[in-house]
Amino acid sequence: MNYNWNWGVFLQEAPSGADTYLGWLLTGLKWTLLLSLSAWAVALAVGGIVGVLRTAPGRALSLAAASYVEVFRNIPLLVQLFIWYFVLPELLPVKMGDAFKQMNPLAQQFIAAWLCLGLFTAARVAEQVRAGIQSLPPGQKNAGLALGFTLPQTYRYVLLPMAVRIVVPPLTSEFLNIFKNSAVATTIGLIELSRQAQQLVDYTAQPFEAFIAVTALYLMLNVTIMSIMRKVERMLRVPGFIVAGK
Amino acid sequence: MYEYDWSSIPGALPILWDGMKITFAVTVAAIVVGIVWGTLLAVARLSSHGPIAWLAAGYVNLFRSVPLVMVILWFYLIVPQLLRAVFGDAIQDIRLASAVTAFCLFEAAYYSEIVRAGIQSVSRGQISAALALGFTYGQAMRLIILPQALRNMLPLLLTQAIILFQDTSLVYVIGLADFFGASYKVGDRDGRLVELLLFAGLVYFVLCFAASMLVKFLRRRVAV
Repeated sequence: MNYNWNWGVFLQEAPSGADTYLGWLLTGLKWTLLLSLSAWAVALAVGGIVGVLRTAPGRALSLAAASYVEVFRNIPLLVQLFIWYFVLPELLPVKMGDAFKQMNPLAQQFIAAWLCLGLFTAARVAEQVRAGIQSLPPGQKNAGLALGFTLPQTYRYVLLPMAVRIVVPPLTSEFLNIFKNSAVATTIGLIELSRQAQQLVDYTAQPFEAFIAVTALYLMLNVTIMSIMRKVERMLRVPGFIVAGK
Repeated sequence: MYEYDWSSIPGALPILWDGMKITFAVTVAAIVVGIVWGTLLAVARLSSHGPIAWLAAGYVNLFRSVPLVMVILWFYLIVPQLLRAVFGDAIQDIRLASAVTAFCLFEAAYYSEIVRAGIQSVSRGQISAALALGFTYGQAMRLIILPQALRNMLPLLLTQAIILFQDTSLVYVIGLADFFGASYKVGDRDGRLVELLLFAGLVYFVLCFAASMLVKFLRRRVAV
């Protein structure tokens, strides 16, 4: 096979001017990071609340939380993304919808992908939080209540401090997933890493270099996050408590 | 307010059904090949033979750290160029073949992790007993360990199958008209994207929700 390897292609100037193809890759990396980290913030906040509600005694609340999890878990991420991006602006009140459609395209893509990824991952986070709380011995909750704490106080001072630490290892894999899932945003045109891989193929006709470089960046991202999370896990480990959420 | 118009869906049902067939084809192929190849990888990974275990671990970790979208694109844009160099331009529309290949190889990595956990959940004494009775390692795996391990991991294998079914929608990136791709095309053609996307979401939800209820029921039935 006659393929002309040319790794120097990354230093060539891209047609957008004032930027090399390497710059394109770094832009992609930047958007992948921005999207994943900001969506992770949403996932933690929403997932934490939904997960706690799933263990709450009131039937209505836990049913609502369970429905949230089922809806977001049983529809493919890509379909959810297209609903956020194409459907929601139509269903919003006309003024808001128009305001969204008049935004700069990058902002539209980012907002849709951010909400989509955040709320999708929240359902998974919620399941881990619920498993974490339920893995605590029931005596803990009873003891809290018996000592005169109200239920919210029991959660705040007894259950959650433990659950948060137990739930860190399973959350690590969700955190890794959010970076991989962010690649789905390529379908609505957000210029994250895998979009840039395709752009490089179109513009440079050096597909092998482009794909190897982007794959290597994903691998590096993965390894970096994993080693950071190992440190966090070690810091937060509860001594003598070996319960990993499933 | 938006005015819904669902009228383009009934006429489009045959197209959507054709798409659903592709979705099922990719799903079933990936489940079957994924479980078989994944089991081999898991056994290799637990083997005491260093290089084999190392290669299997490398394979699994590589596929698990790269987004599925990238894997699909690899097998659509890059690998065919290699194949063309070998087979010439004999292959025409490679979208389905490349999607199936990508899913099989990708899912095997995930299945292998499930199978590995399943094998490790069978107590060590079992393999020692089998070896003591004169079984070879291969026989012990096939006749003693794997049947028990499979039963333990059945719910997880099925849950992974549901995730895989949802993930097949990503073949959209290479323009293959699976159920989702077909819905999008019809919606785009008729200017009824809102209705078609909501319909697709609903269909996926009903199928996956029903399947996950079934898995929950099975989990209780097969528990050892």
